[in-house]
Order: sequence, then C-alpha cells, then structure tokens
Amino acid sequence: MQLQYFLILAAALFCIGIYGLINSRNAVRVLMSVELMLNAVNLNLMAFSNYLDPVEVKGQVFTVFVIAIAAAEAAVGLAIVLAIYRNRDTVDMEQFNLLKW
Amino acid sequence: MNLAEGVQLVSLGLLSFMMIGAALGVVLLTNVVYSAFLLGGTFISAAGIYLLLNADFVATAQILIYVGAVNVLIIFAIMLVNKRQDFAPMPKAWIRKAATAVVCVGLFILLSTMVLTTPWAFSSAVGVGNGAIVEIGKHFFTDYLLPFELASVLLLMALVGAVILARREFLPEESDLTGQQPVLTLPERPRELVGAAPGSPDRTITSSPSDQNK
Repeated sequence: MQLQYFLILAAALFCIGIYGLINSRNAVRVLMSVELMLNAVNLNLMAFSNYLDPVEVKGQVFTVFVIAIAAAEAAVGLAIVLAIYRNRDTVDMEQFNLLKW
Repeated sequence: MNLAEGVQLVSLGLLSFMMIGAALGVVLLTNVVYSAFLLGGTFISAAGIYLLLNADFVATAQILIYVGAVNVLIIFAIMLVNKRQDFAPMPKAWIRKAATAVVCVGLFILLSTMVLTTPWAFSSAVGVGNGAIVEIGKHFFTDYLLPFELASVLLLMALVGAVILARREFLPEESDLTGQQPVLTLPERPRELVGAAPGSPDRTITSSPSDQNK
C-alpha cells in the first residue's frame, strides 16, 4: 500500500475528467466530468491525509469542504443547464454560443 | 507481505479497475443515462478507496452526498432535459479529440513522473483511525470555523440560486397569444385561487397578469 498508487490513480481520473470536459457535446455530461475531476482531487487529499498527516487529519476536513462545494456546484450547474435548455431547446454544447462571438 | 497487506492490495486493484472503467464509461459512452449510472459506480469505488485510506466518515459522506444527492440530481436533470436528438456532426471533430487525448496522456505522464520522483515525507506516527471523526469535528469548530460557516452560507446561496435559475419564468403558449409581455408585472404561471366561496364564480376564474393589462 503505497501513496504513489493512490496519486497515480487520482491523476488518471483527473485526466479522464479533462478529456470528458472538453470533448462532451451533452451539457449534463460536462457536469459529470467536473464531478470526476473533483473526485480526483478528493482522492489526492485523502491519500495525503492518510500517509503524510495521519494524526491531524486535515486532508479529510478539506475533503468534506470539497464535497459540500461540489454539491452546491452540481445544484447550480444543473439549474443553469435547465435554464439554457428552456431557452435554446437543446443541450448541445456547440450551440451554447451566447457569450462566444 | 502478510495477509492484510495482500487483501488491501487486491482490494485497491479491484477498486481502481472499477473506478477507471466506470470513469471511462462516463466519458466515452454515447447514451448519457448509462453515463449517469456509471458515475454512481465511480463514486462508490471512490468511497471504497476512502475506506482503504482509514477514513470511514468521509466514505460515508461520499456515498450519502455524491451517490444519494448529486447522482440522483444528475439523473433527474437527464430526465428533464433528455431530448432524443442526434447532435449535428461537426467537421474536423477528430482534431479536437486527438489533441485533447494527447494533452491528457501527456498530463498523466507528467503527473506520474512527478509522483514517482518526489521524495515524500512519510509520517511514521500512528494514525487516529476510527477517531478521525472526532478530529474532524474538532477542526471544524476550532481552526476551520470560518470556512465551515462560509460553506453553510454557500450552500444556502446555492439553494436560493438554483431555485431562481430553474424557475419557469414565462409560459410559451401565453406569450404566443398576447404577443408581448405585460409591463411591470412578473411573468408567472397564473395560479388558481383556492378557498374562494362557491357562490362567487368570478373569483375562481384564473386570471393571468397579461389579461389584466389589456
């Protein structure tokens, strides 16, 4: 059980999240990719908390904060997706160019 | 390697396989409903890995909040938004996919090299183990009190903001009838007046604000 295994696993999850964030056409899938990236960060924090700071578990405290903020982000993000869907009648990210040009 | 370490290693391998597989499914599958359920699998695998890292409270919170709240919210959003349409094909979409894949693989290699070459300062102290929840509580109410309160305010703001953003603001069929929105009234769905006396039919008629301004 090494710290490096967890860190490499978190790095792989983060890279998958970035790939999905950029390449998804569905807006809900973009939000799911953001959740994947937040989970990768949580995994890093937990691994550091266990291996480098096992007495004062500050990494777990930060993980709880990140979980709370991820919940808020999911609620607001999905509300924005619903609002845009009502305006544009699609969830295609390529057609969300309200602020683009 | 004794038995406990072997069991931990096998568990870590299984959970990593589940996690990476489910995450790849989230990103690569075409049906977004499958992606949502595989996202739940990713969250559950992450909770198992937290258990391997001696953090039972955070694993429980992960399952409660991510699987119970965020994933259900995402599935609800898919049900509200899911329109059976094929996206218009983009020319040269493969360039973006290839470039992103190259960047992601490069970033992964960079991060792995950094992880493997850094001399980590491992702590040799005995961990708190199951007493982690007590430590987390102490941190919340002593040195992390301000972020704790700010998180509660943030959650309240997110609640109000989500309600305001997702509220249906106007009725499309009514805007088609009237042609213009009435001035100085909040366009909302007309409500039926409940509790009106049965002898007064004029109060039971639903009146929309656009009718009043004519």
